[in-house]
Amino acid sequence: MKSDVVSPEGFRCDGRRPNELRRFNCDMGTASGGYAGSGADGAAYVEQGNTRCLVLVFGPKEPSMRSAVLHDRATLSVEFNIASFSSGERKTKLRKDKRLLEMASIIKSTFESVILMSSFPRSEITIQIQILQFDGGSLHTAVNATTLALMNAGIPMEDYVVACSAGFGNGHPILDVNYTEEGMDVPVISLGITPRSGKVILLNLESRLHLDEFEKVVTLARDGCTQMHEILDTAVRSSAEALAR
Amino acid sequence: MLQSRSHVRKTRKGSVIKVVRELYLREDIGCGVGVCADAVCASGVRTMQALPANANKRHAMPHIIVPDTNMFLHQMDLLEHKAFSDVVVLQTALDEVRHRSTQMYARLRAITADVDKRFYVFSNEFMRDTFVKRVKDESPNDRNDRAIREACRWYAKHLPSGISVVLISDDADNRRKATADGMFAYSVREYVEGLTAFPELVDMIAVNDDADDAAAKKISYPDHLTPSQITAGLKSGAFCQGTLGISFHNFLEGSIYTKVDGEDTSVKIIGRTHLNRGVHGDVVAVRILPKSEWLRQGDNVVLDAEEDDETLEKVDPNSLLDASAAAVPVPEQDDEMQTEETEQRAAKSGDWVRTGCIVGIIQRKWRPFCGTIEAPKDVSSDSGSSSQQKFVFFWPMDKRIPKIKIRTRQAKQLAGQRIMVAIDSWGKQSLYPMGHFVKALGNVGDRKTETDVILLEHDVRFMPFSKQVMSYLPDEGEAWVVKEEHLAGRMDFRHLDVCSIDPPGCTDIDDALHARLLPNGNYEVGVHIADVSHFVKPGNAMDQEAATRGTTVYLVDRRIDMLPSLLGTNLCSLRSNVERLSFSCIWEVTPDADIIDVKYSKSVIRSRASLTYDAAQARLDDPTLTDPVSTGIKLLNSIAKKLRAKRMANGALVLASPEVRFSLDNDAQDPLDVELKEMKDTNALVEEFMLLANIYVAKKIYSVFPDSSMLRRHPKPSATNFESLIKAAAEYGIEIDPSNNRTLSDSLDKAVLADEPYFNKLIRIMTTRCMMQAVYFCSGTLAPEDFWHYGLATDIYTHFTSPIRRYADLVVHRLLAACIGYDKTYSSDLVDKVKASELSDVLNFRHRNAQQASRSSVELFTNLFFKNKVIQEEGFVIRVMKNGFSVIIPRFGIEGIVHSQAAGPKGSTDNAQLLTHDAVANTLTCPTTGAQIRIFGKVIVRVSVEEAGQEAAQRSKLVVKLIEPRVPGLSVDPVEVQKVKVDVVPAVVDIPGVGKVKTNVGETNRVTAEMGVVSGDAVETKAGSTGGKGAGKKKGGKK
Repeated sequence: MKSDVVSPEGFRCDGRRPNELRRFNCDMGTASGGYAGSGADGAAYVEQGNTRCLVLVFGPKEPSMRSAVLHDRATLSVEFNIASFSSGERKTKLRKDKRLLEMASIIKSTFESVILMSSFPRSEITIQIQILQFDGGSLHTAVNATTLALMNAGIPMEDYVVACSAGFGNGHPILDVNYTEEGMDVPVISLGITPRSGKVILLNLESRLHLDEFEKVVTLARDGCTQMHEILDTAVRSSAEALAR
Repeated sequence: MLQSRSHVRKTRKGSVIKVVRELYLREDIGCGVGVCADAVCASGVRTMQALPANANKRHAMPHIIVPDTNMFLHQMDLLEHKAFSDVVVLQTALDEVRHRSTQMYARLRAITADVDKRFYVFSNEFMRDTFVKRVKDESPNDRNDRAIREACRWYAKHLPSGISVVLISDDADNRRKATADGMFAYSVREYVEGLTAFPELVDMIAVNDDADDAAAKKISYPDHLTPSQITAGLKSGAFCQGTLGISFHNFLEGSIYTKVDGEDTSVKIIGRTHLNRGVHGDVVAVRILPKSEWLRQGDNVVLDAEEDDETLEKVDPNSLLDASAAAVPVPEQDDEMQTEETEQRAAKSGDWVRTGCIVGIIQRKWRPFCGTIEAPKDVSSDSGSSSQQKFVFFWPMDKRIPKIKIRTRQAKQLAGQRIMVAIDSWGKQSLYPMGHFVKALGNVGDRKTETDVILLEHDVRFMPFSKQVMSYLPDEGEAWVVKEEHLAGRMDFRHLDVCSIDPPGCTDIDDALHARLLPNGNYEVGVHIADVSHFVKPGNAMDQEAATRGTTVYLVDRRIDMLPSLLGTNLCSLRSNVERLSFSCIWEVTPDADIIDVKYSKSVIRSRASLTYDAAQARLDDPTLTDPVSTGIKLLNSIAKKLRAKRMANGALVLASPEVRFSLDNDAQDPLDVELKEMKDTNALVEEFMLLANIYVAKKIYSVFPDSSMLRRHPKPSATNFESLIKAAAEYGIEIDPSNNRTLSDSLDKAVLADEPYFNKLIRIMTTRCMMQAVYFCSGTLAPEDFWHYGLATDIYTHFTSPIRRYADLVVHRLLAACIGYDKTYSSDLVDKVKASELSDVLNFRHRNAQQASRSSVELFTNLFFKNKVIQEEGFVIRVMKNGFSVIIPRFGIEGIVHSQAAGPKGSTDNAQLLTHDAVANTLTCPTTGAQIRIFGKVIVRVSVEEAGQEAAQRSKLVVKLIEPRVPGLSVDPVEVQKVKVDVVPAVVDIPGVGKVKTNVGETNRVTAEMGVVSGDAVETKAGSTGGKGAGKKKGGKK
């Protein structure tokens, strides 16, 4: 029999309550350490539960393609990739996988509005996202990691972009949906906000969610984003402190 | 604290993957005991107290109980008893129960939700102090046992002194380890025997070891295979899987319907050893036997279980008709006649029927069974207070279930009562399954008890609606009225002259009609259906309850509602002169009854009149009436006639069933009289428009939701179903052509005998039985060609017109509301193909059960009616078999079998046949007098009720005996001329305002409980909805 997403006792399958985030762990500036060989200008590694994500940022630099040059601002290119060893079953993903392209395009349009693109006319910024381990919520983990990597690369932005997911299962809005829950037919929204202005700049929902519940789920995701902002801010500050020391 | 849990899983494709999951261990989980002073516990849910001192003799200290998984799986009847409270349900056990038995999980959840039971779910797997990691080489079971002991230890340490923790487990090893750790551990029996205040509990302990079952060593069944062996076998094709269905006539013959070598076929399983402890309804794995043991598709072998005891090798062969129903076993039977028969049959060519044997049980579908116990033989020697438990046999009402052995100390008191028993186990050394007593229902023959039995046996939920369900009723209650705010998005039809036409006394009016002339010369016709979906929102407790009930169940003297009566008989019911919310279908119709436009809309109406069929008929017949309602009805009638003619031209069938209604005594509710139902113009009128609405709504919802619409189909019956009917009709020179529904319909119309007016009805009744069952389905699961409704001759059909009493209609209402844009925020369940398909399966199951329950109820009342009466009546032969024939008695709508054997000594097989059977002419002839029994022939019979013995669970049954034609030795003497009506005391109490209550029954009351594949959806095919509705609405009147 199918188990409940939230048990009558109020627990989810991994022991969290509905409004709890997963364990978060991050490392900024991995570029100066183990990833130096890649030649990246900025990097960040983020773990959210068992979802692990590495982001490298290259640029601003001269565009690789002449045609991509814009005269008044920088161009942003995003590559999104899920490692073939990231899930239990090894799958070789095609480069042209539509889902990956879609994810890349979502992240691209999200960050284009936050990065001060006009500061770098005729140049290019490249973001490479690699999901190393997949346990649900890859989009919002990638967004958070990208924010850290961009900061690490010293690219000026208006604000943080923090993202979090929330879903709705048997009557309860749940925060930070994991892979098992995604498999239980839970509609999941991914929400990204710029915390200082409080604006929503990313909202993604791929299945049907009743309008009556939508408000509750978005509110919960917002709470998650606020918590996430505190976590990211602490991480950024401590990494800056370490740098200054 | 974070723990990671990983396990290895095999996917459906066969690759092995490793699944790693996080586990967050917490410290904020409370113990759930009310007196605990701990801050964490105080802030959490606290449902438990503690069992007081001396509640249990075995353990006199105040304590709480921690049962292990097996106790939840096997002893749920005990746990549901009021003696058990203050129980800790460990998450470890709960998860295991969920994986092993959905049913037990649901029951356990129901208990934990009940505050008075004081059960507490302790999430020990998420708790830091009680989490147990599986160590190397430890089996999952051992780990779980350890986790349970660990939780007990935590409780013992945590609880304030004075409260102890008691582990109940039937696993001796587990108890030993617990005791070694200084905990209290008892077996179920030890603990229950300590509960001296409730002596009956000892009878309710489920027995799981049959080691002490010394009496039954005479048989040893083959071992069942393990689940992994079964899975491997199924995969390699060595076994096949199916649901075991046991024959009504022979409980040692079962079959499964499965796929063998890519072909759908049924596999017969014959004999005790091959059945290997399979019980009706179980999902089993079957190995096909070698071809040498297959059977020829043969004629019927009816084995009347009531007359056959465990010797069982006696077989009443009978020939012809229902050729598909049974086959003849070759090797198992040692009956001479059998062998002879088989040879004969082998000579004729026939299809082979595969046989198989059960190698393992995939899933048990045991439910509690109703029945009676075999009276203890040594009553005299046993004086009064029998504290000794004894084994007794329990006979289930359901003939397909074997008798069950139970251990009880109340055998004497329980004799003569209907009781409920659950099966616990069936060990390989035991001839019969072991079970335990659950509860007593009442005395055999008592009307209320027998009705309860009918409801329980058909799994009808008949307890009152829970508080939670009632909480979703409108707060205003009876005072609810249509307000301005309800009008948003609705058409206002309050100015229209709408009326409803229903059977007398109907209180749940779900449809109303209107018709008027439009300025352009066309007509506007409207069907208005109660807007139940306004009150029942998807997913809430009331909706879930309605979905589980599926349909309102109509019994002769009772109605089991699907929705609380405030909605069903008041707020939703389209009563006259009150404003009600409705869902309307409005057509524009030309004078030739061609439909040129249709609109669907939510609306508000105000019915002008609630008419009975008779009252509406009177208005129809009176040309002087010109009031708006009467003109409307006349208009509707003229359109309905044209619509009907078109439908008939398309090949819609008019079928028949001998419907009767009971007149019930107002006070005692005893049946006083039986009369036949008749069909009036107005019945046909309502029926016609309901069909129209259903068809048009089906088209609409299918156009918007092609994948997830709830539709209803009626498959074409297979040609073989008709073979016997064609042959029988041919004897009277009548041709029946079932090649398609139009030819069938035409040939039925022509099937008339000048000298026998009932003949045509007989043929139609027989045709009804050849039909398949109409079923709900989800449109995404079938190809559009299969949507066909055979009986109504339409491409697409659904149920829209009775949302008060059918859940399917409610779903269709929601779909339609989404289609027309009224409900823009519909839930995703509406477009979920899988859920829709699961729901339609549930509804089909409930629908079938409800029909069977109604039939059983009619049977019960028929038996009550015939009790202490002996009646002589005219009947028609509808089936001739080798050893008897069956007779239908139109006067009472009943059917019975006349056995043509002289009653020989029990168990003997050489009963003299008093009539010779001519297989070619299909007749039975008396060698001495030359009297002949032929199909459709008229006979005179005597009907009485006889109580069957305890082997038949003390069911009472109708006995039909032949009077005419005279056959010496078989015919009985005519009854002294007795007119039924005279015989019955005319004791109808005419209470003012209530009147004489009449009850109406829907289907033929068949004396033999024969409900094979062809028991047609007669009500459906005939009347769409009104036939069945009539049955219930009458009953509504008395409430």
